[in-house]
Amino acid sequence: MAGSAWRHRPGDSLLHRASPRGKLIALVVFAAVVVATPREWLAAFAVYAVVVIGMLAVARIPLATVLRRMAIEVPFLVFAVLLPFIATGPRTDVGPLSLSIEGLWGAWGLLVKATLAVLASVVLVSTTEPRRIVLALESLRLPRQLTSIMAFMLRYLDVIVGETARMRTARESRGFVARGPRSWGVLAKGLSASFVRSHARGERVHLAMLARGYSDGAP
Amino acid sequence: MSAGVSVRDLRFAYPAGRDRAPAVLDGVSFEVAAGERVAVLGPNGAGKTTLMLQLNGILSPTSGSVSIGGTVVSRETVREIRRRVGLVFQDPDDQLFMPTVGEDVAFGPANFGIGGDELDARVASALERVGLEDAASRPPQHLSLGQRRRAAIATILSMDVEVVVLDEPTSNLDPSARRELSATLGALPATVLVVTHDLPYALELCPRALVLDGGRIVADGPTRELLADAGFMAAHGLELPWGFDPLNAPDRR
Repeated sequence: MAGSAWRHRPGDSLLHRASPRGKLIALVVFAAVVVATPREWLAAFAVYAVVVIGMLAVARIPLATVLRRMAIEVPFLVFAVLLPFIATGPRTDVGPLSLSIEGLWGAWGLLVKATLAVLASVVLVSTTEPRRIVLALESLRLPRQLTSIMAFMLRYLDVIVGETARMRTARESRGFVARGPRSWGVLAKGLSASFVRSHARGERVHLAMLARGYSDGAP
Repeated sequence: MSAGVSVRDLRFAYPAGRDRAPAVLDGVSFEVAAGERVAVLGPNGAGKTTLMLQLNGILSPTSGSVSIGGTVVSRETVREIRRRVGLVFQDPDDQLFMPTVGEDVAFGPANFGIGGDELDARVASALERVGLEDAASRPPQHLSLGQRRRAAIATILSMDVEVVVLDEPTSNLDPSARRELSATLGALPATVLVVTHDLPYALELCPRALVLDGGRIVADGPTRELLADAGFMAAHGLELPWGFDPLNAPDRR
């Protein structure tokens, strides 16, 4: 089901009804402003945070959903935590640790900017049907190849997820248990089988499109 | 509207590396009259799907020719041919790639320059003919397999095709979906070619059958007579379902 793979939350708040194009432009502008704000302007970041959290509240997005979607930020978090240890310059002592002041500021800047941008994106994807986001991108003159790729992804995501789930069920019903590195080989083969199948499906879809008069490059 | 199909001494081999690839189609010839319904039978690997892809110029013959309503399929005519010949592929998920059924039904005619009110009218009428009037705004993945297969047929009907070629239309369908499909196909004014393993279905829908084996047409005649010839059937790897007697099966309702 499309809903389950994408987790768009249908609703009827002001933000759900706003034009996808407007929301998309607002998101890009917001992210640019956040990134361009000097990291020392603490008050500005407080204002941004209030705005984003306010929007999340208006759209009534549950906290659990927000946190789950923020998982994409984890690699940045790891890097932010490392920064105070690896950066150079004057250092300060916090308990037993000696931290770089420049690194601390760097970590703060990275963290607050990434978090605000991710939160704003969560607002967009939670209040807008994925298909409308693609249409909005198209109306903003994004190259057709890119929007087509996105539209195909939306259409076939569920087919591929379903196929992968059936393959897993079939593996498990023959006694396979995914545990520890010894099962990685099997999982990798399953993944490559999914890849080959998706590729073959792509070719069949292309044939079916050609059969209905599609020609590459034409609108 | 419908058009005849004429295939003359068609040969085709898939391109291969250093080794000469064996011919998949090795001198296939047949004629189908406009408006006729013909089954194409044959064991796996007989070249049925390859033949289907030849009919609208997705593949081009190594030698020989295919013509539709008197127009020879070639590089110059391929566009016109694709407007006149509709292929319905075996897996509807390959055919229905747009976010909603309505947009998918509009894809073919839009490729041929139809738009505006006429496009809307064609989409509505194609969906109505397959009994999916209410499905236009639904995503294909939310339909049942039987509905998706009928939606795939609607994507062809909206192009106003003269020849419809279906690849295994009944695979994985339950009996009621099968019955609905045969009602849809039986009412088509176009020439219909059904590539299938489902022999009772071929008998129900098509008075005439072609049998393809090893890249050649090994039989061409009334479906009932072919299916009743036990020796011939066994020689070409065709088996009737247990308990099915082609001589006693009723004619189409």
